Amino acid sequence: MKRIKLFLAAIIVAAGFVSCSDNNNDDDIIIEVNPLEGYNMLTKLTANTHSIEIYSEQDQFTIGYNELFFRIKDDAADTYISNAEVSWMPVMHMTEMQHSCPKSSVGVTDDTSVYSGYVVFQMPGNDTEYWEMTFDYSIDGTSYSLTEKIDVLAPVNDKRRVTVFTGSDDVRYVLAMMPLDPQVAVNDFSAMLFKMESMMSFPNVADYAIMIDPRMPSMGNHSSPNNVDLSYDATSQMYNGKLSLTMTGYWKINLKVMDDDDTLLKGEDVTDENEASSLFFEIEF
Amino acid sequence: MQIEIGVVPQYSIGVRPERFICFLGILCCLLFAIQTHAQEKKVESVIDSILPVNLEEVIIVASYDHTLEHRSQHKPLSTLDEYLESSRKVSMIKRGAYAWEPVLNDMSSERLSVTIDGMRIFGACTDKMDPVTSYVDVSNLKEVHVSGGQQGAEQGSVIGGSIDLKLEKSDFVEKGWFGSVETGGETSNAARILGGELNYSDSKFYVDTDAIYRKADNYSAGGGDEVAFSQYEKYNLSTNAGYRVSEGKKLSASFIFDEARDVGYPALPMDVSLARAYIASVSWSQKSFLKHFTDWETKLYANKVTHVMDDSKRPDVPIRMDMPGWSDTYGFYTQANLRLESHRFLLKLDGYYNRSLAEMTMYPEDPDENSMFMLTWPDVRTFNSGFYSEDMIPFETGYLKLSTRLAINMSNVADEFGLNSLRIFYPDMPQRKNRFLKSVSLQYYKDLDKFHVNTGLSYGDRAPSVSEGYGFYLFNSFDNHDYIGDPELSNEKALEANAKVSFKGDRLSTSIEGNYFFMQDYILGEVDPSLSVMTIGAEGVKIYKNLEYAHLFNISWENEYDITPVLKWTGILSYHRGVDDDNRNLPFISPLTYKSGLQYAQQGYTGSISMKGAASQENFNPDFGEDKTDAYMVFSLSMGKIFTIDSNTLYVKLGVENIFDEYYSTYTDWKNIPRMGRNFFMNVSYAIN
Repeated sequence: MKRIKLFLAAIIVAAGFVSCSDNNNDDDIIIEVNPLEGYNMLTKLTANTHSIEIYSEQDQFTIGYNELFFRIKDDAADTYISNAEVSWMPVMHMTEMQHSCPKSSVGVTDDTSVYSGYVVFQMPGNDTEYWEMTFDYSIDGTSYSLTEKIDVLAPVNDKRRVTVFTGSDDVRYVLAMMPLDPQVAVNDFSAMLFKMESMMSFPNVADYAIMIDPRMPSMGNHSSPNNVDLSYDATSQMYNGKLSLTMTGYWKINLKVMDDDDTLLKGEDVTDENEASSLFFEIEF
Repeated sequence: MQIEIGVVPQYSIGVRPERFICFLGILCCLLFAIQTHAQEKKVESVIDSILPVNLEEVIIVASYDHTLEHRSQHKPLSTLDEYLESSRKVSMIKRGAYAWEPVLNDMSSERLSVTIDGMRIFGACTDKMDPVTSYVDVSNLKEVHVSGGQQGAEQGSVIGGSIDLKLEKSDFVEKGWFGSVETGGETSNAARILGGELNYSDSKFYVDTDAIYRKADNYSAGGGDEVAFSQYEKYNLSTNAGYRVSEGKKLSASFIFDEARDVGYPALPMDVSLARAYIASVSWSQKSFLKHFTDWETKLYANKVTHVMDDSKRPDVPIRMDMPGWSDTYGFYTQANLRLESHRFLLKLDGYYNRSLAEMTMYPEDPDENSMFMLTWPDVRTFNSGFYSEDMIPFETGYLKLSTRLAINMSNVADEFGLNSLRIFYPDMPQRKNRFLKSVSLQYYKDLDKFHVNTGLSYGDRAPSVSEGYGFYLFNSFDNHDYIGDPELSNEKALEANAKVSFKGDRLSTSIEGNYFFMQDYILGEVDPSLSVMTIGAEGVKIYKNLEYAHLFNISWENEYDITPVLKWTGILSYHRGVDDDNRNLPFISPLTYKSGLQYAQQGYTGSISMKGAASQENFNPDFGEDKTDAYMVFSLSMGKIFTIDSNTLYVKLGVENIFDEYYSTYTDWKNIPRMGRNFFMNVSYAIN
């Protein structure tokens, strides 16, 4: 009898534990799960007994805007390092010169072991020219640096998502389209504009304006109604507007960039004589 | 063009020559007199045999006793379109040799209700290439009821009127087995027609089956030029059956299958590879119901239309495209008569649910490029339910008829893709839209011995059609514009006044009939210069708009004179006018037209000679692609003979249309495609009793 009582008591206590853990364990469980589940690991860079795993929604480093997530793993301890001080620097090694590209600073996501930022590659690598990614990070006061080659490829459909141009003000700019899941609808449409201050510095440009004129060259070069030109939003540091796509297929988004004095920097109107602007993005769906 | 069926343009089938010459002589003397065709019998009674409702026109398609179908038509195996065109009130818009679109009181599909035995059915083509009338054939029809304006409200919420195609039924006539075989041929388009029917009917049960097959090559215009892409091929099968459950109680069902393939549309940039309809119904009718009600009829129906446009046979198009469309309709009605003292009520409750979906896929020249896809009808679901009632109050020498229809019309854009497409134009557009439709009508008839007066006043409105409300880049090749619907359009309203005065003497009948429509919120496409055309080569984009108002006015004068008991002269003259609030001409308004003819019928012989024509179209609208259509006048001739072989009947009819091979087109010819030139035809029917 006593045994049974003990046994019952044990069950009750155990049940208590179980139910407690049921209630409180949510956070723990998330830690167990890969926070980047559903993202593709593009590459894993290894050095200094650390590996840096770079993830993206895309399945490759692509020319244009790349939103990237990465984690730093302590290979020995098999743990991910949280709250490290990180900076990055992509560099293109061309035959004659080297240059970087527009990029954000590195931030930490809600999950402190996951860092994120974006990089806008203007060109793909090839056999002789390649991109290298450098991560500088410090963990508990110790600084590390890691540099490795990465493969930047043209998008699978080879459609233009980024364009580099020299404006009428003789400044070189990089204009990148934000990733878009195009629909036959009015789409939210955004782009980022950077100025090439030096080979290695590409600051964000504010308060310019970007005019859009979507056209279908395969169908009489017709346009669509109710597009909204892109204007600068300081919070997101992006140019936001609306893009109407009236059917699926190949659309050329003809662009004009105006500076804050309304001076045309680049791009032309599409007319009967002029089929397309020299500045454009492409979408195909 | 080669003639595939031996059609001899001579009257060579057992006719005594002297009689024929005499007949021809009479016809020639009276060549310039006027006519309508023989099938146009006015119905003197619809509700009751004492009360003429002669604003309604009934086009007889088949004789009731089945032995000889379509006998009264000058070309018995002509298409239903030709039957309708020969009517007094209906004209037909032509985009080719097939599937013409009926126009009544200068109004077409969206302002009319076209029904088959009271069943609502909607074409599946965004470009109106398949009007409802193209899915039946003369083989399965008995007659066509044409009611102008709100007199058509019994069939639905209409502005211009209704056209109800009545199916032919043996209806428990005790005849046992009977059937017929029919064949015909025409020279201009080498048309081959073959049809037949087999029926069984007794007092308890009947079943009718019929089939017809038509195939035609390109026709030749006056002067002999071939009109490319005017060929067609179609067949139609139908069956209907009835079972008398007990005295006064009948269960019946009908089914029609209609399929057309390889239909050319010379006036359009695309043809049709398939137009197919399944049309089915079950109905219950009961002589008396709940003591006071009589003629109770309830019908459930469903139909499914598939329409596939195709440009694969066109040698040179700016871009290849596919444009399939689907329209499914499910509906019911239940109606009964009620007599209360001198009032005769007709009460009807009806409803339908329609689903219209159409898409367009364009294929770029670069095969690696994705195809371009859009929904041109975004899966619009329309639910419409209405209550119709009329009260006929007879007086000693006349009657007053009051009628009303109240309906709710709910539309829903079911496809998210389509909804988002339309929201490009109308960002705040709701997915659903409800409308309340109403119609009231007052019609007064007075019998003044030989004179009859019929006059009426009514008001009605309608919801925009699927294309007007939700069409997305629908190309109209006539005015060369893309059309976009507007889901927020107001209902179109019409205040209508009509009057008819007729005289019926011993030999002469004559009548003058006119109507006037004051239309508020008239729906019409207007150019929006800010929009970019989608279709390659189009001139602009039009958006359906409500015009503040428009006027439509129609007047006609009809005559019938019995020269001798066997020879009759008929003639009709009509004039139409339509202008909008800016005094612009409305499109597709008829100029002055006339028809005239002589008909002879005696002892199995029939003959007719007819003339039809129009003055030049002065009131045209170039904004809609119209130009001044020249005046024309064409003549036709037909002769027939009935032979009796045992108890069976052989009926042969020969004729020639457009005798002088005139090159002409009318105001209803899309992009002025020319009409058929001289055309000899022969129809042979053999009825087995």
